[in-house]
Amino acid sequence: MSTIITRRTLLAGAAASSALPLVGAQAQAPFGVGFIYVGPVGDHGWSWTHDQGRKALEKEYGNKIKTSFIENVAEGPDAVRAIRQLAQAGDQLIFTTSFGFMNPTIQVAKQFPKIRFEHATGYQRAENVATYNARFYEGRAVIGTLAGHMSKSGQAGYIASFPIPEVVMGINAFHLAAKKVNPNFKTKVIWASTWYDPAKEADAAKALIDQGCDVISQHTDSPAALQAAEQRGVFAFGQASDMKAFAPKAQLSAIVDDWSGYYIKRVKEAMDGSWKSGDVWGGIKDGMVKLAPYNDAVTPAARAAADELQKGIVAGTIHPFTGELKDQKGTLRLKAGETATDEMLSKMDWYVDGVQA
Amino acid sequence: MTAAILVSIFMTLAAAATPILLAALGELVTEKAGVLNLGVEGMMLCGAVAGFAVTYSTGSVPLGLLAATLAGVAAAMIFALLTLGLGSNQVATGLALTIFGIGASSLIGAGFVGRTITRLGPLFPADYAAHPWLRLVFGHDAIVYLSLALVLAVSLFLRRTKAGLILRAVGENADSAHAIGYRVLAIRTAATAFGGALAGLGGAYFSLALTPMWADRLTAGRGWIALALVVFAAWKPGRLLAGAYLFGAVATFELQAKAAGWSFIAPEVLAMTPYLATIVVLTMMSLGGRTGGRDAPACLGKPFPAS
Repeated sequence: MSTIITRRTLLAGAAASSALPLVGAQAQAPFGVGFIYVGPVGDHGWSWTHDQGRKALEKEYGNKIKTSFIENVAEGPDAVRAIRQLAQAGDQLIFTTSFGFMNPTIQVAKQFPKIRFEHATGYQRAENVATYNARFYEGRAVIGTLAGHMSKSGQAGYIASFPIPEVVMGINAFHLAAKKVNPNFKTKVIWASTWYDPAKEADAAKALIDQGCDVISQHTDSPAALQAAEQRGVFAFGQASDMKAFAPKAQLSAIVDDWSGYYIKRVKEAMDGSWKSGDVWGGIKDGMVKLAPYNDAVTPAARAAADELQKGIVAGTIHPFTGELKDQKGTLRLKAGETATDEMLSKMDWYVDGVQA
Repeated sequence: MTAAILVSIFMTLAAAATPILLAALGELVTEKAGVLNLGVEGMMLCGAVAGFAVTYSTGSVPLGLLAATLAGVAAAMIFALLTLGLGSNQVATGLALTIFGIGASSLIGAGFVGRTITRLGPLFPADYAAHPWLRLVFGHDAIVYLSLALVLAVSLFLRRTKAGLILRAVGENADSAHAIGYRVLAIRTAATAFGGALAGLGGAYFSLALTPMWADRLTAGRGWIALALVVFAAWKPGRLLAGAYLFGAVATFELQAKAAGWSFIAPEVLAMTPYLATIVVLTMMSLGGRTGGRDAPACLGKPFPAS
């Protein structure tokens, strides 16, 4: 079962549910699980992958649960209304899936102490608010390795959204891995100043290709950059989901977000009462970050290097951020042999040498 | 910057300018008849999704373009029915049309997310279309040439034909046009339909040529830029053409400057440039005293018969 709540019906719904104060008191009602998405589920990117997780929940638990979602929720005060709407509608576990929902989630959670909340990519927690995130930088390191091997010009283009730590650590992880293969590697960054504008993402990719980049990576949400790469005959990487259909020749691999395992586990815990607040960062090892199958064009050497890195990350013997590491200004960030802590990653606001950002 | 890059930049900017030019040209005709339709973004999205759905299902780009045009007209007819037929407020109805278009296109497009089609390619054979510099002229797809031809056609229609004169009369003084026997509402409906057709076509340019796919809100606000462009061009087709290509140039320059690593300009400033340029030109126009608001059709947005 699922219900789609649009922003248009939200106000009407809020009025109706305040007239029904005993929503949660029905006997044997299915367990309500709600989702708040920042974009449209049809973006084929970030919000889409979370919705795939929601669908996996429905498949796993069938009629035992009832899921609902609100899409296109603006980050900020609007989100408070949307989250409260789900809480009042009787959802017992609510996932808020964008960084900007952090304060709204905490605020609504205070008003509904019996409801559990899970906030993606944030750092504020409470008794009934857990946080979760994926170690996308592990995937970035793998595609950076591929880029280092596959680029002939030694220059990669990187279409980025906003300079927040999540994006900055992705750029650095990508570049460090590519630089290991080719010490002269350059990564050129274009800040698109948007998460989603397909035409602009495509034009950014074209500009980077014009400037000599022959591998395109992106941290924006649509497959448009891959299409541009396909058209121009250069390589690219999919973002959030396998985008091979859009660029069968260009896509070398893709970083695939898979939230379903985490969602299934947390819903089970919430239903049997063992749910606890906490902070989970899942990576390649946990199956939260996956790599799409490599393109046939990937050379055996590149393939071997990328596989070895993946194995090392899973085994815990390789960390993408290992010292000695200096930033662009020459400040020592990690001593030789030292690896970055999660705290350091979550506050990263500096670039490694060779990144043009 | 080498010549090859400059050629490539021009190709990118022409492609970026075309959908905005089409949508704005349609809106220009609509507004010349005195109808202010703020639903351009919604009509573009209807065209984008219809064009993609039909091309994906039939494999035919011409059919997709036809469907997009018809979808744009259909959306415009909803607007015409409400504002011209029932006398509802044009501003509010136009905004509602945009919201409706976002929702309707998302609903229709839900089954097409993640699908892909073959991109609409250059019109001319590869000898010309892929030539290092001849492609400046011959390397574009059919819609680019169509949009340029339409600018000329609309310009001649408005200035040199009797029908164009009547359309302008309806927009300048609906009561007088009515008094001498012209059917104001029918003419306004036709102008609105034309605006919808071109907005639909402009939307389809995204889903069939620029980024051949369907994703929600694919046009990402270009409809609003088209609306601003009409004012920017002072309701003149030739200026509209210049404005659309200027906008394309500034938007492309922004990305090229970032890719070239011109770090002495902050990326935030570069992101602002298209909008700064718009404000600067608007300001210069109103300082000049000749244009600005005075060029607007006198009956723009006013209901007929006056209530």
